[in-house]
Amino acid sequence: MIIAEIPKEEYLKKCTSACAGCSSSLILRYVLKAAGEDTVLVVPACCTSVIQGIYPNTAMNIPVYNVAFAAAAACASGMTEAFQALGRKTHVIVYAGDGGTLDIGIQSMSGAFERGTDFLYICYDNEAYGNTGMQRSGATPLGAKTTTTPTGKTVEKKDIDAIAAAHHLEYMATACSAYPLDIYKKVAKALTYRGPTFIHILAPCPPGWRYPTEKTIEMGKLAVKSGMWVLYEREYGKLTITAPSKTAMKKPIPLEDYLAPQGRFSGIDKKSLEILKQQLAANLKKLAAEEVEP
Amino acid sequence: MFEIRIHSRGGQGGVTAARLLATAALHDGKYATACPFYGAERRGAPVVSFVRIDDHPIRVYSQIRNPDLVVVLDASVMETVDVLNGLKKGGRVLINSAHNQEFTGFATFNVDLTGIALKESLVVAGSPILNTPVLGALAKMGIISAESVNEVIRGMFADERNVKAADAAYKEMSI
Amino acid sequence: MRKIATGNKAIAEAVKQALPAVVAAYPITPQTEIVETIADYVTSGQMKSRYIPVESEHSAMAACIGAGITGVRTFTATSAHGLLYMHEMTNWAAGARLPVVMANVNRSLGPGWNIWAEHTDSMQERDTGWLQVYVSTVQEAYDTTLMAFRIAEHNDVLLPVMVNLDGFSLSHIMQPLDTVEPGDFIPPLHLPHAIDTNNPAGYGGLTGPDQHFRFRWEIERSMRDSVKVIAATEMDFADRFGRSYGPTEEYRCEDANIILIAMGTLGKEAEVAIDILRKEGIKAGSMRLRWFRPFPKLNLAGKEVVVIDRDYSFGFGGILAHEIMAQNRGEVYSVIAGLGGQEVTYDDLAEFVRQRRMGKEFWFGVTGHV
Repeated sequence: MIIAEIPKEEYLKKCTSACAGCSSSLILRYVLKAAGEDTVLVVPACCTSVIQGIYPNTAMNIPVYNVAFAAAAACASGMTEAFQALGRKTHVIVYAGDGGTLDIGIQSMSGAFERGTDFLYICYDNEAYGNTGMQRSGATPLGAKTTTTPTGKTVEKKDIDAIAAAHHLEYMATACSAYPLDIYKKVAKALTYRGPTFIHILAPCPPGWRYPTEKTIEMGKLAVKSGMWVLYEREYGKLTITAPSKTAMKKPIPLEDYLAPQGRFSGIDKKSLEILKQQLAANLKKLAAEEVEP
Repeated sequence: MFEIRIHSRGGQGGVTAARLLATAALHDGKYATACPFYGAERRGAPVVSFVRIDDHPIRVYSQIRNPDLVVVLDASVMETVDVLNGLKKGGRVLINSAHNQEFTGFATFNVDLTGIALKESLVVAGSPILNTPVLGALAKMGIISAESVNEVIRGMFADERNVKAADAAYKEMSI
Repeated sequence: MRKIATGNKAIAEAVKQALPAVVAAYPITPQTEIVETIADYVTSGQMKSRYIPVESEHSAMAACIGAGITGVRTFTATSAHGLLYMHEMTNWAAGARLPVVMANVNRSLGPGWNIWAEHTDSMQERDTGWLQVYVSTVQEAYDTTLMAFRIAEHNDVLLPVMVNLDGFSLSHIMQPLDTVEPGDFIPPLHLPHAIDTNNPAGYGGLTGPDQHFRFRWEIERSMRDSVKVIAATEMDFADRFGRSYGPTEEYRCEDANIILIAMGTLGKEAEVAIDILRKEGIKAGSMRLRWFRPFPKLNLAGKEVVVIDRDYSFGFGGILAHEIMAQNRGEVYSVIAGLGGQEVTYDDLAEFVRQRRMGKEFWFGVTGHV
């Protein structure tokens, strides 16, 4: 499939309150194109809560159910069970930020996964609490500056993908806002499964990561090319690495090339940088080995 | 009570301008409050800040409906915002502009804050700093004293170019 | 030292001086500046506290409880949904008799999401055993937070204290602030029931029907004893630092026939309305309620009372209005205004007084008395 084959219908209208260069809006545009009109988006507190616009308007052309911060996956559980009771095939998609997934929402997500809930959980990850002005979250990488880690985070990013995988999901994937066709395909595939599915999407954020608004796509590509973010799928646990990451894994660009353009990593201490590099290398090695010998 | 409304865009330092102005008024022995108005203030969206100055403690929190002075730090907001809304009869407008803008019925004061900032190389992340030079213009208009302006700027910024820019704005402004 | 600060910054400054050993922090608009400022103080070494970036508000209070029972001073801050999310644990903190101090930036409840000022959030905590105070200026936010630690930690109290400030209207407004050198104003905390491995005890375990009610009474007893402690603390504060506070702040009430009662910033702006009404010959005065728990004795005999509620109890009425009516056994004119940050000006407040009808309720923005 090529990008020109993506359906033209827009479900995310042009009147959002998103920042210039926002990854989340870009991601959501393709998520909704893949899901189509028979879809409900369940949205906990996050940037999307505001991006939708202010009453009486909404920028989305599908039903969006806003819900309390910790409750998205539990709410989606109820909704999908009810749709099934009604005999409807409406897609139920949780669209949550990293704070609402890795931190305050982790309990309800875990519960929904464990119960075998038929829904798609998408976490768009800008690696901090974006909507409240970029405070650290469990998704913030080691060494990154946020307003509550002004000299850089001293603990590592939580591996939510490993946590999700531990729930024996039939389908899960990672994606990145810089690769919209990949997002479209993975969402479309996830929605063919009955049961819980999970897609974790890197969402570079200009005000949060401190880079110029026109460089969002470039940031996403650097993340993938450096191997800091790996694009892959797991179907019934079996790992398939997506092409751009396959290329990156053979010859990743230096991590510094990804970190340097971001103000949040300026002045990162040597030790943190070393740890990041070591973990990156170890992760790539592990994934490469797994793909060959699952 | 003297009420000022400041128009700018998110990320330009309009809120800091309000704070500096209120602090300068404090140094002048007045009471002052400053408040940003939060709408959907994503970066680049028009924002408004309010400053009130009085000889007595200020007990008002509701929005300024009829300002005595409107300050426009970014003239482009006028495309979507009515900056003159509620301006009192006899009120004044201070606008960051290299041209001679005029608003019918209101005394208008033009000062090229952007030009002054650029001349002093007072630029951060590609944007000219407007919130310190505007203090010089406000001092020239008699809203705050020039001495307080320098004190307040030095109290907040180590970079002396901020004081130079405020000075330049003071000199350049014609009353 | 005189400077300009936001309500949030003033709270953070006071906390820095009170120096809790542990601060649990989770961001939520419009409180976030408090936890960000404290993070800055801690990482820059200005404040030697341990900062726990918890993953939710329920955990924020749980962390304060865990820290507090070791006998150290603790602090957290929240707002609206965060406060509601920790509701189980706010009850727990009071029951555990821990002097946690928490700043709550009053914000409305969704749906729909609304980030502006409303008091329903803290009102829903009124039965928990927390002391509650509502401040109206940046200076008061700072002063009251310092006092909160001392009051909470007093051996006759040992109950948590919530300092409430209006979201955006006070949390984000910049006003003059004079900070003080507290000296020994806040004595060191000596928690009688702190964990002691030399003298081990079980905490909060299974308690039968023949005992549980006694603990509940103990909370109420301390709540009643706190009245004297609050008064003594405020008096000492006035002696040392020159600023006086009480359970209420009254303005031109001495010869008033009509009393306008409100909390938070509306209670302060009400004074401007009073000046306007007085010029018209209406003998009105304003009473800004500061302490809500314990609820103060109000002297309203023979007055017409107009109460502004920035909250509501569905199926019943404005919460402040009903608490006042219950205590004073008289009618009031109950005005429901300012919900979700609804703009209420001194002109509106003056008009509420002019249009008053005793025994009626008026939802500002919705026509007619109900």
